[in-house]
Amino acid sequence: MMLQVEAVDKEFDGFKAVNGANLTVERGELVAVIGPNGAGKTTLFNLITGQLKPDKGRIIFKGGDIAGLPPYQICKRGIGRSFQVVNLFPRLTVLENVRVSILSQQGRSINLFSPARNLATDKTTNILKSVGLLDNAEATAGALSHGDQKVLEIAMALGSEPELLILDEPTAGMSPEETLATMELIKKLASTRGLTILFCEHDMQVVFSIAQKIMVMYQGRTLIQGKPDEVRSNKEVQGAYLGGSE
Amino acid sequence: MPRKRIINLRSFWWQIAIPVILLILPFIAPSFYVYILALIFVTALLAMSLNLALGYAGIFQFHHAVFYGVGAYTVALMLTKTSLPVWIGFIAGPIVAAALGLVIGWLCVRLTRLYFGMLQIALGSLVWAIVFKWYDFTGGDNGIYGIPLPSILSSLNGTYYFVLIILLICLIVLYLIVNSPFGSTLQAIRDNPGRCAAIGVNVRRHQLICSVIAAFFAGVAGVLFVVLERSVFPDLLFWTFSLELCIMCLLGGWFTFLGPVLGAAIIVVLRTFVGRYTEYWTLILGVTLMLLIFFLPQGVMGYFQERFKPRVKASAEGTQA
Repeated sequence: MMLQVEAVDKEFDGFKAVNGANLTVERGELVAVIGPNGAGKTTLFNLITGQLKPDKGRIIFKGGDIAGLPPYQICKRGIGRSFQVVNLFPRLTVLENVRVSILSQQGRSINLFSPARNLATDKTTNILKSVGLLDNAEATAGALSHGDQKVLEIAMALGSEPELLILDEPTAGMSPEETLATMELIKKLASTRGLTILFCEHDMQVVFSIAQKIMVMYQGRTLIQGKPDEVRSNKEVQGAYLGGSE
Repeated sequence: MPRKRIINLRSFWWQIAIPVILLILPFIAPSFYVYILALIFVTALLAMSLNLALGYAGIFQFHHAVFYGVGAYTVALMLTKTSLPVWIGFIAGPIVAAALGLVIGWLCVRLTRLYFGMLQIALGSLVWAIVFKWYDFTGGDNGIYGIPLPSILSSLNGTYYFVLIILLICLIVLYLIVNSPFGSTLQAIRDNPGRCAAIGVNVRRHQLICSVIAAFFAGVAGVLFVVLERSVFPDLLFWTFSLELCIMCLLGGWFTFLGPVLGAAIIVVLRTFVGRYTEYWTLILGVTLMLLIFFLPQGVMGYFQERFKPRVKASAEGTQA
């Protein structure tokens, strides 16, 4: 068991954004979280990676409770993530964005006097190549197209060498072609780097085609977690989500 | 990486001409100009130390002058009240300033952005009030005059070269820092602290270290001020001077390495030469600032860098199309 979320609650001013969520992720799996807008998917991810502290419940990662730890410590334990809304260092170049992440992972971010540009070059290049951003390495991150920025998000998360990679709507705002390419990329990363990936996604077709397990959230709680077929045939899920307006 | 190419090949000759001019200047220029130039150097170092926190790390170090003043007072008090060797005083200035930076920073990094700045102004003003009122020790609002210095620093030219050499050493060290992994992590924190935490960076610890380094270099500038002026007074650490330092960074270009030097030069020159005709020289400063905000939002240096930088961005957009 790599990650286990047990009965986690989070309330904002009386609104229960997450209300009894459960989730398990085994090593090497590709797990998706789905649910209608406002179901609490992003909040759940923020609870796991420490941007928010849970009110109740336990979050066990590799045998240790990580609930309530600050984000940087959770990252050091091996969880990397990307964000739904593009969240990078807009004034730095693409290369620098990834390198900062790698240097931090290597514990060199307090190194004061060696030139950064000579450090971690191979690794940075390697990651940029694997996500297809090498041609744009010297471009300012803020000047990239939206699709490329979303891919850079993933590259930055890879820089911290996570065992578990959490992707919050990695294809939000992408064109259908970009979505397809990004999903291929995620599949490739999962197999070549041996990553465990937890992601949430709007596009149902995408989710059912690549996820090995799916967790369905509705109004902050977990309806079911299971294989795509089980989820598809579940009556409650059909009522809450698949048969709904979306 | 425009930030790293301060001066490009086109201006290669400037890189030789400027040091040569600076070196021979004391032999050809009237001593008043040598003094003004030395004052610009001191202020430039101070503004650059502030910009490490303000422009590179995005820390609202609003009361930076406190560290300058404390560095200056430390060396002044040690030279007048003890018989310790001069160089111990010179080293103690920056160290005491950095120690104060650690205390104030340790309290301030708990808060973010504007609140950091407000708390720092509050704590800094406390230090100012102590210096201003403690007549027995600091001389109160009279300050300390006639600080004894070794004979090599007694002539203006000796002072000028001393200040110039220390400035150059500090510039090199600061340049190394901003281009180090620590420097790029600071810039990442400036751009997006939340994301920095998510890639495993302890943001507060980095901000605290940065604030202490900035305070240390402000302390160096404080020592240089004492060498130049042989006096200290409470205005050195009054909050309006801190504001002036922030203006220097903005004016010169706070996303550039040498911008604050230019900003410091502009302010010192304005104060000296416009101040000669009217005590309302800040009126000119105000108008300059307004024009700047509208026409050169990146500061003077930022504007020139933007104009002359290699067109990396354009070609990158080209490959996407």
